[in-house]
Amino acid sequence: MALPEKLVREFDELVKKYPEKRAGLIPALHRCQEELGGWISPQTLEDLASYFGLEPVEVYGVASFYPMFRLKPAGKHVVSVCHNISCELRGATQLMEHVCKVTGAKPYGTSADGKFTVWPVECQGACANAPMFDLDGVYHEDLTPEKAEKILGGLR
Amino acid sequence: MNKFETWLLDRTKVANSHTLAVYKQLGGYHALAKVLTGAKPMTPAEVINEMKLSEIRGRGGAGFPTGMKWTFMPDPVKDPRPRYLAINADESEPGTCKDRVLMEKDPHGLVEGALIACYAMRAQAAYIYVRGEYRLSYQRVQAAIDEARAAGLVGKNILGTDFSCEVHMHKGAGAYICGEETGLMESLEGKRGHPRPKPPFPAAFGLWGQPTTVNNVETIFNVPFIVLRGGAWHASIGTKGSKGNFLCGISGHVEKPGVYELPFGVTAREIVEQVAGGVWKGRKCKAWFPGGSSCAMVKGEDLDVVLDHDSLKTKGSSLGTAAMIIFDDQTSIARVMEIIARFYDHESCGQCSQCREGTQWLSQIFHRIATGHGQEDDVATIESLAKGMAPGKTICALSDAAAIPTLSAVRLFKDELLECVRQKRDPIPYPRVEYAGAH
Repeated sequence: MALPEKLVREFDELVKKYPEKRAGLIPALHRCQEELGGWISPQTLEDLASYFGLEPVEVYGVASFYPMFRLKPAGKHVVSVCHNISCELRGATQLMEHVCKVTGAKPYGTSADGKFTVWPVECQGACANAPMFDLDGVYHEDLTPEKAEKILGGLR
Repeated sequence: MNKFETWLLDRTKVANSHTLAVYKQLGGYHALAKVLTGAKPMTPAEVINEMKLSEIRGRGGAGFPTGMKWTFMPDPVKDPRPRYLAINADESEPGTCKDRVLMEKDPHGLVEGALIACYAMRAQAAYIYVRGEYRLSYQRVQAAIDEARAAGLVGKNILGTDFSCEVHMHKGAGAYICGEETGLMESLEGKRGHPRPKPPFPAAFGLWGQPTTVNNVETIFNVPFIVLRGGAWHASIGTKGSKGNFLCGISGHVEKPGVYELPFGVTAREIVEQVAGGVWKGRKCKAWFPGGSSCAMVKGEDLDVVLDHDSLKTKGSSLGTAAMIIFDDQTSIARVMEIIARFYDHESCGQCSQCREGTQWLSQIFHRIATGHGQEDDVATIESLAKGMAPGKTICALSDAAAIPTLSAVRLFKDELLECVRQKRDPIPYPRVEYAGAH
């Protein structure tokens, strides 16, 4: 298998920003995760390695270093709940409990129906609007269990 | 608190402040025009001189004088290698959420600052390294670059002059260590964010081995104002050693958490009580961090200190990113430190053994103290571990960043930590959900 033509064309443009091609690797990993099923599969690692002229293990070494890259499939929706200090001071634990209840997923786990993955994350830079979670790439801030239920319940 | 001049957040209060049209209406790109095509165009050396006169210090946490940093770039005649500006928008220090406001609401201010900084340092391109989670920041700044390019403000022959400069966005992927300047450069090159030993410093060996300067978003955002109004204007505001206004993000147990623009010289008490509406629920402040979780904790009774680079030293702490985190009098210090220690354990890159092992032990020991499984000598062990991790024993300062809050917690709240161990439970109640960590 190889990368879809659309991504190859995109990456050919992307790497022009840099004097060395490899600098495009992390942005490319993001795009692959977005476009190819929400995670970085072993096949994607190989395809990216071949595109960038690297060994698959080098790409794996990079992908596994960065918390945003998922090396296992996730649920349809990913809820990243901040559990760092500023959020914790304003109810992140209660939020986490409630998110788990509403989604049926445990922290670092996926619900049985495959709809939700709940992922505790470190500080997301929303400290003045705590607590928060990121749902599929969009920040939801100043949350209460009720607000969270409204946001997530609509996706059930 | 007296009235004071503001500039950092003024435009963010205007509708559609992120667009070129509004930015131009509000005087945008006038500084760039002054430098390049004004009645008396400025030389790169003149721009650097204004930065030096302004006495501005970096807003990313270390507080290094920006003008001086810019002079570290080698003479372009003697060293004609390509050179770069890297803008640190990896904002990941717990409690810090200020650069995001600028990027989301006033992205052209950052682009204009980047262009002037590149001109001053004769850099051919700026790379803005944005943390991956800040998707809106990325979109807004990228859109600003695109608009500016279409208007002849980015790219070749800017404003019809022979100055050419590229501004590129680059997305990180969630690693705190990439906010360290050499970790950032490694990451931008497509590698793991492993900080590099220094020297060589970035000005000699930076991105792709070329001369590079790394500056924080808020620092670069100040550049057009300093160029337009003059370095002396900037240096007239603030306290000795800390000039200008700064963005203070205040979070935790206050009535009105937020990102506020303040002049150096205000006290922490003024910020908490007059700006942020006081400690929430009418409670008292037990302790606070002046600038993110990497600086030393300060006691609640010490709120009268001025929030600037030098004054906080008298309380054994530092300004960091000016991200104040406030704890009310019902907060468990064991729980606070359990979270903070977990964070550094999660974020250590693993290169240096003191940090890799030390952060892991601190996390495990604070966890067992907080959950009532502390051992008799745990508090002493924590102290000795932290002393083995810092100062300056590792390639970068992450190890110090874990050790410093730890030592402050032991110094200020030893009895409370010992009480958790003695009672085999945390005497201060709070909700918990147990789950194993994932790295």
